[in-house]
Amino acid sequence: MDVSPDTLLSLHRTMLTIRLFEQRVAREFRTGEIPGFVHMYVGQEAVAAGVCANLRDDDYVTSTHRGHGHCIAKGCDLDAMMAEIYGREDGLCKGRGGSMHIADFSRGMLGANAIVGGGIALATGAGLAASVRASNQVAVAFFGDGAANQGVLHESLNLAAIWRLPVVYVCENNGFAESTPAAYATSVPDVASRAAGYGIPGVIADGRDVLDVFAAAGDAVGRARAGDGPTLIEVKTYRFMGHFEGDPEKYRDDAEKQELLENDALPALRDKILAGGHASDGELEALRAEIESAIDRAVEFARSSPFPDPAGIERYVYPAEVA
Amino acid sequence: MAVATERSLSMVNAVGEAMRQAMEADPSVIVMGEDVAGGAGRGGSKENAMGGSFGATKSLYPLFGGMRVRDTPISEAGFVGAGVGAAAAGLRPVVDAMWADFTGLAFDQIYNQAAKMSYMFGGQVRLPLTIRVAMGSGLSAAAQHSGTLYAIYTHLPGIKVVVPSTPYDAKGLLLESIFDDGPVLFFEHLKLYVAKGPVPEEPYRIPLGVAEVRRPGSDVTIVAIAAMVGRALEAAELLAAEGVSAEVIDPRTLSPLDEAAIIGSVEKTGGLVVVDESPPHCSVASEIGALVAEKAFDALNGPVRRVTAPHAPVPFAPSLEEAYAPSVQAIVDAVGTIC
Repeated sequence: MDVSPDTLLSLHRTMLTIRLFEQRVAREFRTGEIPGFVHMYVGQEAVAAGVCANLRDDDYVTSTHRGHGHCIAKGCDLDAMMAEIYGREDGLCKGRGGSMHIADFSRGMLGANAIVGGGIALATGAGLAASVRASNQVAVAFFGDGAANQGVLHESLNLAAIWRLPVVYVCENNGFAESTPAAYATSVPDVASRAAGYGIPGVIADGRDVLDVFAAAGDAVGRARAGDGPTLIEVKTYRFMGHFEGDPEKYRDDAEKQELLENDALPALRDKILAGGHASDGELEALRAEIESAIDRAVEFARSSPFPDPAGIERYVYPAEVA
Repeated sequence: MAVATERSLSMVNAVGEAMRQAMEADPSVIVMGEDVAGGAGRGGSKENAMGGSFGATKSLYPLFGGMRVRDTPISEAGFVGAGVGAAAAGLRPVVDAMWADFTGLAFDQIYNQAAKMSYMFGGQVRLPLTIRVAMGSGLSAAAQHSGTLYAIYTHLPGIKVVVPSTPYDAKGLLLESIFDDGPVLFFEHLKLYVAKGPVPEEPYRIPLGVAEVRRPGSDVTIVAIAAMVGRALEAAELLAAEGVSAEVIDPRTLSPLDEAAIIGSVEKTGGLVVVDESPPHCSVASEIGALVAEKAFDALNGPVRRVTAPHAPVPFAPSLEEAYAPSVQAIVDAVGTIC
């Protein structure tokens, strides 16, 4: 599709930021400094970037345990994100949430969710709020192929369809629910085909091509904003790393992984930008250096932020206690 | 002197009036649930045919229309979850989940989403969500339409739990719940729906976490929940005839719990009986008993007594159901063991 050079460059910046951020988090995780566990988004950048490039600041997204990419694409602050991943007081959630629960309501980012499918009904409700207020906002639910088999997806798609809510449901089919192949766990080859059961559009987009995702999401967001109701988009994608960092990945073989790495959306976009003369090699290298130093600063910010004081362990249980 | 004529309303109508006044006061208040309009989409007089299973929402659809008064499909996870998301995005939804037992279908939305959002997101979200449910035995509604479940929700940090026992309290507590910035589970006991009591017409709020002394006394404290308040008052009347002065406390909300009112009363009377229509294990009765054992042990003249339902689901047969909820006599007997 034809998109402006600015859009190409913006998509590239978002994808590269996610890629470098995630690679750095994985590296730092191996030092033992990051508590808990982290789920990397590497390989799926085209989905978050392509979808969120169609959103306004006041639009809503709900995310998943693999949520860093959605946060970055929705404009969350890298320093505060990193501090949250490190479990520090200056994190977006003051260290109470961690990697799987990053949220930034000021950016319409209604939370990463560690219950598979947990964000789907929430996005439906955010769409309901937009509909009641006639605010022309749109809500996007990101979820994986594993969540495609949760009952709440059925209930939410039906509800959004009968109420014509401005919600875009984005299934990131990366082929595996942890180790269980989507081909085994899902009754149909394409999750998108289930949209027919709700009388709503079901669209398949190619996660190896950010412009395909961008276009599919653009149509869906346009329909939602126009009052034409929800869309189910399935993006065929692949995660290049394990389910979680440290996953031995015995459920997939190297040949399969290699083939998909060769279809990486990020270098494909880079090639397109260079071929179109929209940026030079040097400019893209400078961009990489700029992002890398921003991530360096984020790691420094996180490390220098204090751990939350145990005296505050019951703080924020009820919203009235907002500081 | 002029005699004020107090208006009398049933609890179901008091609850309906609270919702109407909240919707009048704030356009972000919406009401949704199964049959809350009762025929939405059918046109004409059918649009507002039902007004909820018990008629509480009957006045709302004609006043506020289908955008703010929404019949939902039978999809508890979907519409309770949508209520959570709508609250996170700035509405004040009042979700009617019909029966407490049905909240099991939406438990993830309540427990993992609504209850934890404020905490796990570091306090950056207000979640003004009220979930209304009917509860309680006494109508032969059997095991899946009679449970109380307030103990489950009292256990969860992040949720407030309200258990009114009078129409007056139901209205004031529901208005307070709707305008609270966090999620509230609001339990309406079916046996209390019809009986009328004084309810002022103007809007008013009752703060959450403030118990009410229903009958002052000096020999024993009886803490009773929802429909058990009436039975405790009957028991107190019988006990008075025997020369035992019982103080009856209605906590009105279980989370937050007015600990000071309960402890203060026990310090005065020296005895505690808790009356709770739930199974006993990990119940609110157990919690109140533990609270008093920890904080007012020295004041106790005898053991704490719990008068609860048996450790069983609610039965169907009237003979069995009659034996389920604590009876007036069981309360009198429990008091007799410590006074």
